[in-house]
Amino acid sequence: MANAPLQVSEQPRWEDKVSVLDVLSDSAMQFVANVQEYSYLAAQSLTNLLGGPHYLRDLLDQMDDIGVGSLPIVLLTGFFIGVVMVLQTGSQFTRFGQSALTGDVVSIALVRELGPTLTGVFVAGRCAAGIASELGSMLVTEQVDAMRAMGTDPSRKLVTPRVLAAVLMQPLLTGLADFVGLLGGCAASVFSLRLSAVEFWTRAIDALEFGDIMQGMMKPVAFGFILATVGCYKGLTVSGGTQGVGRATTQAVVVSSVLIIISDAFLTKLALYLADKVF
Amino acid sequence: MVASVSMKPRESPAIEFNSVRIAFDEGDILRDISFRVMPRETLILLGETGTGKTLSLKLAAGLLKANSGSVHVLGKNLGEMSERDLLRFRREIGFVFQEGALFDSMTVAENVAYRLLEEKADPDVVEPQVREALRFVELEHTTELVPSELSGGMRRRVSIARALITRPPIVLYDSPTAGLDPVTSQTIITLILRLRDIYGVTALLATHRLQDGFALANFHFDQDSNRVLPTSKNGQSANSASSSTRFLVLRDGGIYFEGSPEQLAASNDAYLKRFLI
Repeated sequence: MANAPLQVSEQPRWEDKVSVLDVLSDSAMQFVANVQEYSYLAAQSLTNLLGGPHYLRDLLDQMDDIGVGSLPIVLLTGFFIGVVMVLQTGSQFTRFGQSALTGDVVSIALVRELGPTLTGVFVAGRCAAGIASELGSMLVTEQVDAMRAMGTDPSRKLVTPRVLAAVLMQPLLTGLADFVGLLGGCAASVFSLRLSAVEFWTRAIDALEFGDIMQGMMKPVAFGFILATVGCYKGLTVSGGTQGVGRATTQAVVVSSVLIIISDAFLTKLALYLADKVF
Repeated sequence: MVASVSMKPRESPAIEFNSVRIAFDEGDILRDISFRVMPRETLILLGETGTGKTLSLKLAAGLLKANSGSVHVLGKNLGEMSERDLLRFRREIGFVFQEGALFDSMTVAENVAYRLLEEKADPDVVEPQVREALRFVELEHTTELVPSELSGGMRRRVSIARALITRPPIVLYDSPTAGLDPVTSQTIITLILRLRDIYGVTALLATHRLQDGFALANFHFDQDSNRVLPTSKNGQSANSASSSTRFLVLRDGGIYFEGSPEQLAASNDAYLKRFLI
């Protein structure tokens, strides 16, 4: 009744009650739908590379933002992770009079694992959040719709440049983090363990094999892909206005960091298998 | 209607909605909506917040697809077009979003030039066109500013300039005067009048302000005197704007009223009268 807006509607029926099973099946379906949407967006970000138009200027902007913009945080943390690694492992080796082995352990741990993973998580914290909030704000202010209305595919203009930039920049950032981490380790060895810098570097370099470098450079490619696609997905599926943008930003960091750590386990197994069988 | 008047061959509608239904999680938003907008006609979509005005515009631009029914624009069935074809087709349509939806990361000139730059137009060709579009909205001096430096009214004027840069035959306006003071609203309406009367665009305009609709129905832009003049009642003005403006009132997902400004003004319906106050 239009003229009686406050009239109480008929009694709710029993069927309207929501059971636990309904809630579980609804959230399971929602989860599957989200995974499907995410996979589609992630795949599209790559298939967009096959045909034009390409947005080179956006790619360079994103490479600057993700790559150069992340340098301070990556270098600073990389250096001190190297220092901490030496301090922690060095004290153990010193107990057995084998402090010279510190260089071996630190370089393998940094290049194989700590460099890629920690750089991945730090860049995810910075860039997945940035991407999600930027795209989310664009979505709620209708800029994404405006882009579509003007004949531009947002996945080409917004998603692909970010994903490609992260995939290209992440290995470079990781390489720098590894190097700076070894510098930090070297400094700590010299000042704390009284090793010579030459001894530390020689052992650190000698300990590395091709398989270690391959593993250390393969992971960041995947991590860059994960953090950028998750950031884009969370940004482009924002609902609920500016509050939703905040939520999406948090989720982007949490989800991409967790996915980076989980995928690290699988990538490590794969890399060890490849190092064993192929190289 | 005098039968002896020679009838022109009937034009096909620029926009045509046939039994359109669109639903979201919360239920049907639009149910069985059918209407037509003829070339050079202005259809005012009037309704309260949440009655599906913006959705109708987005359906007309192919930004959303109807759950059932069909939307034809310039003779093309948007529901049957792929996103790739739609992206190309949307260059025929100008869309003025509610808050302007200008790209924050670009300057005013880059925003206005966006479509031309996307089409890889020569910068030497683009620049004068951008200047002309900005002159049309009287914001020629803002080219190097970024959207955050503009006022709400200026943003919408830039948005109009951005929509008209490719001279689209159809322009969709989403509440172009919402949240603006009366003077700025008048400026925006004058721009819409000029766009209609100089370029002859077909317009679909969503609003909750009845005065916007009546202003479009009762005034026209006179190019000779460069002024906005009242349109005479018998429609004898140069462009017969009065006869080409119609109203469509949306309520509870359906069409509540469709007709001319005179019919709306003369209506005794209690709900419609609420808009007239």
